[in-house]
Amino acid sequence: MIAVEQLSVRAGDFQIDGISFEVPTGEYGVLMGKTGCGKTTILEAICGLKEVVSGKITLMGRDVTRLRAGERGIGFVPQDGALFATMTVRQQLAFGPKVQGWSRTEIDERVSELAEELGIESILERKPFGLSGGERQRVALGRALAVRPQIICLDEPLSALDEETHEGMVELIRSVVKQHGITALHITHSRREADLISDKEFFLEKGRLVEIRD
Amino acid sequence: MIGIAVMYLLLIGGMLMADVFYSVSNVGWEEFKAILADEYIQASVKLTLFTCTVTALLSVVVALPIGYLLSRYDFRGKALIDAVLDIPIVLPPLVVGLSLLILFNKMPPWEWIGIDGPSFEEMFGKIFGPFMPEGVDAGITYKVPAVILAQFTVAAAFAVRTMRNTFDQISPRAEQVALTLGCNRAQAFFRVVVPEAWRGISTAGTLAWTRAMGEFGPILVFAGTIRGRTEVLSSSVFLEISIGNLEGAVIVSLMMVTIAVVVLIAVRMWDQESRKKFVL
Repeated sequence: MIAVEQLSVRAGDFQIDGISFEVPTGEYGVLMGKTGCGKTTILEAICGLKEVVSGKITLMGRDVTRLRAGERGIGFVPQDGALFATMTVRQQLAFGPKVQGWSRTEIDERVSELAEELGIESILERKPFGLSGGERQRVALGRALAVRPQIICLDEPLSALDEETHEGMVELIRSVVKQHGITALHITHSRREADLISDKEFFLEKGRLVEIRD
Repeated sequence: MIGIAVMYLLLIGGMLMADVFYSVSNVGWEEFKAILADEYIQASVKLTLFTCTVTALLSVVVALPIGYLLSRYDFRGKALIDAVLDIPIVLPPLVVGLSLLILFNKMPPWEWIGIDGPSFEEMFGKIFGPFMPEGVDAGITYKVPAVILAQFTVAAAFAVRTMRNTFDQISPRAEQVALTLGCNRAQAFFRVVVPEAWRGISTAGTLAWTRAMGEFGPILVFAGTIRGRTEVLSSSVFLEISIGNLEGAVIVSLMMVTIAVVVLIAVRMWDQESRKKFVL
């Protein structure tokens, strides 16, 4: 479960206050709103990438408000994938498990498993340069899922994809997330995308957040 | 616009070609060999290679954190720090040398507020004196450390600018992903940012190295141009001119051009290879 209570976050001169919402365990939440309304700031605060001014963030029953990003057990997929430019796809998938001290065998098994699940076996030895938008997002998703997080946060992961790739990715993300029982929070400004993928929808406007679909 | 660009390129090419043709028409093979065999010139080459390498390494070590902080964080006084970092670039070189001489030899910071104490020069001597070989004084001014400090003061400022531009061009998103995957800030920096900044790091190092080789004003005032002791190639050119040996000065200048080109090519080749082989 992702639970946010009376959250206040500052990003430079911009501050967002009194945000509360909840995504139950195993459900897919989508946060919508216009560009610049603070959606990404809220997501970054949940991931531990923005300092919280006040309020509380609870993930799977654990108060993580003051924990550092790596201790929260969240997989993060940024807007443009933000792949590590110098690493092959294999190294990207192995990065999290390696940092967290998994054994070589465990890492190899996990990389093969993810590559098959996401259909990226053929690009494992390639570097990000030259990958298509869809391939980049599959790799970014795989990298986030590699350490088996219970929660995943996706920041407009499909905004740069063409229509055909977009539909395929919506199906892939939803099926992977549901299959592993992961709780997801997904940011988008597309109502259509939200309707396709979500269990719960929230809309952020003028600093106020309302639930519009349950 | 193309005309202006061509004129400037002709000026650069013309400068270098003038040195080459002057040497060919005025310097005989024997004179050339004599300059290369000169023990002071050989010592000058060795000292140049040593001090420039130390300066380049120090500059990169300093430029990495400063460039990163300026690029990634906003804090009070950032604009002031940014401006201070440009001072070594805009100050007249002789003033840089004079300021270093006063700071290290004449008036350390505690004396500014009326507290008596040893100068940096004296402290350096006390710390490193016991470790020096017999007959060699430990000190800064008019010694090798002064050459390195004089080069470093200016070269590091250029390295910082290069590193800041490099980090500005690298999105912080990849580091943020690394943080969510379990890295602490240092791990994210060394595992993700440094490999992506590798090209910028090698450029900063090369720039610092070549800038250090060309430094003269601060070295003249702070380290002197003592033959065989603090003489680097830029001082050799000055010393050769001051004794009326223009031919010798031109040959040393050509040596500097050659060394700079070789360093540039070597770093570029090493950079390409290391980028190919780089595995975390």
